[in-house]
Amino acid sequence: MAMSVALAHALPEAILFVGALLLVLIGAIRGEKSAPLVAELAMAVLTLAGVAIVVSSKRHGEVFDGAFIDDGFARFMKMLVLVGSLGSLVLSRDYLRREGIDQFEYPILILLSTLGMLMLTSANNLLALYLGLELMSLALYVVAAFHRDNVKASEAGLKYFVLGALSSGMLLYGASLIYGYTGTLSFHGIAAALKSGPNVGVIFGLVFLMAGLAFKMSTVPFHMWTPDVYEGAPTPVTAFFASAPKMAAVAITARVVMSAFPGIVHEWRQIVVFISIASMAVGSFAAIGQQNIKRLMAYSSIGHMGFALVALAAGSEMGVRGLAVYVAIYLVMTLGVFAAILHMRVNGKAVENISDLSGLSRTNGWLAFALAMLMFSLAGVPPLAGFFAKYYAFLAAVQAGLFPLAVIGVLLSAVAAYYYLRIVKIMYFDAPAPAFDPAPFSVRAVLALSTALVFLFWIYPAPIVEAAGAAARALF
Amino acid sequence: MLTIGLGHYLTAAALLFTIGVAGIILNRKNVIVILMSVELILLSVNINLVAFSSYSGDLTGQVFALFILTVAAAEAAIGLAILVTYFRNRGSIAVEDINMMKG
Repeated sequence: MAMSVALAHALPEAILFVGALLLVLIGAIRGEKSAPLVAELAMAVLTLAGVAIVVSSKRHGEVFDGAFIDDGFARFMKMLVLVGSLGSLVLSRDYLRREGIDQFEYPILILLSTLGMLMLTSANNLLALYLGLELMSLALYVVAAFHRDNVKASEAGLKYFVLGALSSGMLLYGASLIYGYTGTLSFHGIAAALKSGPNVGVIFGLVFLMAGLAFKMSTVPFHMWTPDVYEGAPTPVTAFFASAPKMAAVAITARVVMSAFPGIVHEWRQIVVFISIASMAVGSFAAIGQQNIKRLMAYSSIGHMGFALVALAAGSEMGVRGLAVYVAIYLVMTLGVFAAILHMRVNGKAVENISDLSGLSRTNGWLAFALAMLMFSLAGVPPLAGFFAKYYAFLAAVQAGLFPLAVIGVLLSAVAAYYYLRIVKIMYFDAPAPAFDPAPFSVRAVLALSTALVFLFWIYPAPIVEAAGAAARALF
Repeated sequence: MLTIGLGHYLTAAALLFTIGVAGIILNRKNVIVILMSVELILLSVNINLVAFSSYSGDLTGQVFALFILTVAAAEAAIGLAILVTYFRNRGSIAVEDINMMKG
């Protein structure tokens, strides 16, 4: 009985796990030519996991000895993770075939990594957090180096692995100190042990733990891997890195600080505010001189994580709502931008420089329009979706009395607008570069869908905002 | 007569952790040394966990240590695999040669 209840709460994870194992079997039996079939089945498995989340009971449940929590917040963030994984898998099909790396292992690794993300999102103690994080990361190291005959991709994989291993070491060291000074691994237990106030060992552990999580969110000062990995990894892999793992990392960070350390808000808020301001600054200034569009998107993602953390710093229900809205909108925008980057192919060869976009409005008007909308949205221009993301984040910070943080955020978003608008200017006012090859339907569909969502969000924002509000309530 | 207490274990673990981090940051020679440093960091965490667990009489810490050992093995396998693909492409695993991408 207890086991069936537990499995009912962990149904999406069970579906992904069984699905990944079956796909390994199919791939092993049918060999290399099974890649398209395995990819389609992997998309079906991801969809099925999403359906399982939607139709599952809406009850709050803590199962597996309290290690796994199934609440509104976890369900909301899991949907985002699944959308990110599914979107990047759809984007990857054509690219992998053209680059000659269309192997059946790729969708399986994406599934396993997604399984790790779901476990991470639902983690309710430090051991579950670590295992989810490692399952996610180990698969990510491999997909970063998936183009194994390419020197840049293997360098990206190596750099990501070394820095990722260092960051999980720091996270573990923090976890061991927190365990030692509170005597428990469970988030609720830690919160109960800290009722009487913080002690220095726990604060020390918290700093190390936040360092490890900051690495996974790619926030300053643990962002150095991001530009290199984004540039070196194959473009659909970069799209995956920019979408799904970010959702899971943000989700677990919010859960850790809200459910394990609610009693010492003052202590962790200092860390979050520092990370947030540093990320917004680096994201805004370092992106200005970039020539490679994937590198630019790496700095853009660093900056966006900084903006999202502005909301988290509020430490309130409004803050978590702002965070959830922010990452949901960011997910849509980033998938759209990477769909546009996958359009960038001249005479069968992928190009990645910003100068390749020049005069795009005359060679491919629709693509230029869609990318311009996404850039305006990333910059936070009303009435596009990106504006609402920043609005809810800054609103939460202001309501928590963090005026300086909100002001710094607004100023730095104005700096960041410079490089987004520069791309629009290059597309609309520079002399045309060679036209791009026609893109496959799947890539065009993702771009059209995400542009439409970004463009029309203001008409009916209620579903996302209300779902995020319900998710935030679950944490308090 | 000196008795070895929790503090000694924590100090040893902290020293090992520092050596591991320093090994990653200061090393300019060889990526294999970085993998060894990563193992040092994980082992320092294990010492911490086992010491805390033994002094508080709570077994969870030792279970955590077992999980870390398992994951560390998987991590080392993946790290070496990536290192092999890198060596095939580049013909070198010197840290100073890992510089295709900058900025």
